Amino acid sequence: MYFTARRGLAAATGLALLVGASACANDAQRAAENVPGVTDSEIVIGTHQPLTGPAAPGYSRISAATKAYFEHVNSKGGVNGRKIVYRVMDDGYNPANTENVVRKLVLDDKVFALLGGLGTPTHTNVLEFVKAQKVPDLFVSSGSRAWNQPDRYPTTFGWQPDYTVEGKILATFVKKEFPSRKVCHFGQNDDFGRDSLAGVEKILGPVAAKQTYTTTNQQVGPAIGALKAAGCEVVISATIPGFTALAMGQAAAQGFKAQWIVSNVGADYTTLSKQLGDKKVILEGMIADNYLPMAGDANDPWIRAFRKIHEHYNAANPLDGNAIYGYSMAYTFVQSLLTAGTDLTREKLVEAVQKDGFRGPGLTPFRYSKFVHAGYSGVRLTKVQNGVQAYFGPTYMTDDGEDQVREFPEPPVAPPADAIPTS
Amino acid sequence: MTATRTGLSTADRQPTRPSPLRRLLPGPPGSPGPGDSALLRHLILAGLAGTIVVLVTNQLEPYQNLQVARVCAFLCVTAGYTVLVGLNGQLSLGHGALMATGAYTVALTQQAFDERAVQGRWILPLSLLLAVAVTAVVGLVIGLAAARLRGPYLAGVTLAVATLVPAITTIFTEVFNGEQGLRFPSETPPAFLGAYFQPERWLAWIALAAALLTMLLMANLVRSRFGRSLRAVRDDEVAAGLCGIHVAGSQVLAFVVSAACAGLGGGVYAVLTATVAPGKFALDLSLFLLMAIVIGGLGSLAGAVWGAILLVALQELPSLITETFTLPSDLAQRLEGNLALAVFGLILIVVMIVAPAGLQGAARSLAARLRRRASSR
Amino acid sequence: MDRFLFLTFDGLSTGAVYAAFALALVLIWRAARLVNFAQGAMAVATTYVGYTVVSGTGSYWLGLGVAVLAGLALGALVERVLMRFVGHANPLGEVIVALGLVLLIQAVLGMVFGNEYRPATVPFDTDALSVGGITAVSPYDLWVFGAVMVVVVLLALLFTRTSIGLRMRASAFAPEVSRLLGVNVGRMLTVGWALAAAVGALAGMLVIPTGLGLHPHAMDMVFVVAFTAAVVGGLDSPAGAVVGGLLVGLILSYVTGYLGPDTTPLAVLVLLLAVLLVRPGGLFSSVKARHV
Repeated sequence: MYFTARRGLAAATGLALLVGASACANDAQRAAENVPGVTDSEIVIGTHQPLTGPAAPGYSRISAATKAYFEHVNSKGGVNGRKIVYRVMDDGYNPANTENVVRKLVLDDKVFALLGGLGTPTHTNVLEFVKAQKVPDLFVSSGSRAWNQPDRYPTTFGWQPDYTVEGKILATFVKKEFPSRKVCHFGQNDDFGRDSLAGVEKILGPVAAKQTYTTTNQQVGPAIGALKAAGCEVVISATIPGFTALAMGQAAAQGFKAQWIVSNVGADYTTLSKQLGDKKVILEGMIADNYLPMAGDANDPWIRAFRKIHEHYNAANPLDGNAIYGYSMAYTFVQSLLTAGTDLTREKLVEAVQKDGFRGPGLTPFRYSKFVHAGYSGVRLTKVQNGVQAYFGPTYMTDDGEDQVREFPEPPVAPPADAIPTS
Repeated sequence: MTATRTGLSTADRQPTRPSPLRRLLPGPPGSPGPGDSALLRHLILAGLAGTIVVLVTNQLEPYQNLQVARVCAFLCVTAGYTVLVGLNGQLSLGHGALMATGAYTVALTQQAFDERAVQGRWILPLSLLLAVAVTAVVGLVIGLAAARLRGPYLAGVTLAVATLVPAITTIFTEVFNGEQGLRFPSETPPAFLGAYFQPERWLAWIALAAALLTMLLMANLVRSRFGRSLRAVRDDEVAAGLCGIHVAGSQVLAFVVSAACAGLGGGVYAVLTATVAPGKFALDLSLFLLMAIVIGGLGSLAGAVWGAILLVALQELPSLITETFTLPSDLAQRLEGNLALAVFGLILIVVMIVAPAGLQGAARSLAARLRRRASSR
Repeated sequence: MDRFLFLTFDGLSTGAVYAAFALALVLIWRAARLVNFAQGAMAVATTYVGYTVVSGTGSYWLGLGVAVLAGLALGALVERVLMRFVGHANPLGEVIVALGLVLLIQAVLGMVFGNEYRPATVPFDTDALSVGGITAVSPYDLWVFGAVMVVVVLLALLFTRTSIGLRMRASAFAPEVSRLLGVNVGRMLTVGWALAAAVGALAGMLVIPTGLGLHPHAMDMVFVVAFTAAVVGGLDSPAGAVVGGLLVGLILSYVTGYLGPDTTPLAVLVLLLAVLLVRPGGLFSSVKARHV
């Protein structure tokens, strides 16, 4: 009996190998398909977003805005006659889910490109897969410098100014406006905090004190206590919104009065004041930075244009910094598609972004080229006064390397009709 | 027995439980004894199942093959886990962390070889073997503590272990690279399969091999003397001790075996995407694993298969629901993820109360009823 | 030295909320001899109810009252509808059902209230009062201390001075004998669950404002820490739970302050294991509660 079983197994293995060989021909045929996700009437693209889970607050509104913008563009005839289909997949900010949904988008839904995948720990884990599949991976929603590695990841592009650029500009401002003050740093215990600190220390040298937090531990009291004990007068903070609120709340509770200067990702006034509730007065005087039109500035022509789209397609959500982010990124994507031309391929889209020359909602130009895949080159400072977050001072630009921080004198460009780029 | 309960409640339940002594006695004379024939039967079954899955993978699209691979990776974990919880009565909530141990071992090993530009087909089996070994050692440490703990205490301690993964990876950022995790070269199909061989199919085959090996070992273990002593310890520690079973020893061993399986599963899971990150092994994973084996049927290896399929389905369902029904965006946003969890949470409760034998138990009793009906005709 | 004092005060104020939550775990343990792993999720649910009332009526105290009542109801409901029917053939049944309840409650909360963090208002100022140049405790911390103390005293009175308390203890320790003596053991179990869930609801109302706010997962870590606190103090002892909570709060504050915020989960595990392996009955066990 033992013998028969072995023989059976051998036969089965042989059979399996045979079928395996027959499948190969099938695969070869599949490899030579035309451009995935693009037809004469449609472009299918996808993204992974935290619609649930710890990062969902605030960030879940970005993709809603991006989607609304594409609906607006589609209603005006799409891009080169093609309608944009934006598939938003929830990953709950869990890297395991990100890997799964991105594979589903690329292998199963056969999307043409990925747009605005959100999060550093989440998106880092799909870089290799995206590279192997040669999928354009545009405008990752995170300020990590990891997206700017064209030699390793030739199809991946950042979009927002990276955390080091931000750190350098914030530190330059501090050096000018708060000379000889004790400057400290409070940051998330990952690349976000570290890149920011690196940028700050490039300009200021070693900070007087630095403290970190982890997202899994909400007890920030000891860290804030240490900053207070060190006698910090200015705190540059690389924090996500929830922890900006916690840290500033804790500082107020401890009677620790310092000038808070907060990185853009954690400084949206609408989000913070919602989280702080009654205690939102502590946000008064908070300095931060931004690179897009301010959601609170009703007179800005971009905000007026986006508000029209927002009220028509996305009225359930507030028009806050997250929504503006979603609209602006979608705008840059449409610019890229137009540059890539009517005969759309994945290679052409990547070349189009590298060609750059885009000016749009953002205040500064991008840094895109064949050798640089980093996004916006600078930021402008903002301040909260009487419950309104508004720009002040000049716009600055720099890079994440040794480049100096310098002023960018050009005024922002005006939006085209219907806020749809024409070229 | 749970010493955490009072003596009286133990007495309460005594009559409903079959005597543990009974389980230790050899089966009725007609039944086949443990040994060659069982091993053979398991081998044939495994070979058959393997062949069928291989045949199926040849017809599948890349993404479906990945799903098959994921089921197989989870099967390694659930098979060992269900033996620990179902057969030995030790409730660990830390198996997500054990998977992480295996996954990180594979990643670090592969990275080490990659940095030294060493290549070869043997690296994968070696790193998986290391994953099993390292996780077994971690399992031994937890198991030694676990053997002194009962019921809720053990669950509480292992729950604390489950929350540890992100902490460890950020404390030792230089080694584990914090929240971003590690990446290593992805596994490619061997050249003899042809240049256009689907990489996902090769991954599915790797995972399948690991799953079959685990199932084969577990199936034999369950039927062995050791398997019987595990059950005896679960049912009554004192009686088992009186029968000459080393109670603590068998508990520790059960934990080590279960951890080794989780290590293998975690390692394979890492190979599928060539990445590891602490976020993949968060607290939810440990709870989902438990949910899977309970709904599948505690202590049943066939139930472990159901459980593994369930775990993969859990990842697929949310988008399926929102894609099938066109919902207003804010409602879709709330339902996405949550609805599937609510349903599974409810099923978990219902199964535990109404049908503790799980899906596998239900399938078995359904089959028995059908058979009875057929024979009565 | 200042740093040490600061961390001490910080630890005591976070410890107080752990104590409140540990108390809820101890209550269920005393009533039903089980650890309620769904305690955290149940407390989040009642806190959502409480804050819905707060934002509807503007009154914190009304919200607090409704939350505690909701706790009573939820506790009784869980016992009557679920736990009563969990078969005793598998001693893990209750833990598994509780974990199922965690998944269910968190998912339902996510569906009903969304996944945003909601701000939680507090009745007292959270700005710390300064004592001799050192920022010590805030009025809110004092309110937490006060509330926890009142609950402990009330519970002590209930268990030692009232007949219902006596009956609850009796039916937990010796259900058969109690039944013979005419105690309605089933009802006592329901009362025990209701009471524990009410204390959990209070703890939830106290804990949530100290963190990021209201969220379906807001109590996940709190549960693990509070479980540790309850074990440290001894699962059988309400006073032990309070001391355990404060102790764990202090230790975590020192660990966070001196070693960094990443190390706390490790500290929790080490503490938990140390207590369980060295003194399994907890630091304050009066009886040998656990013999292997």
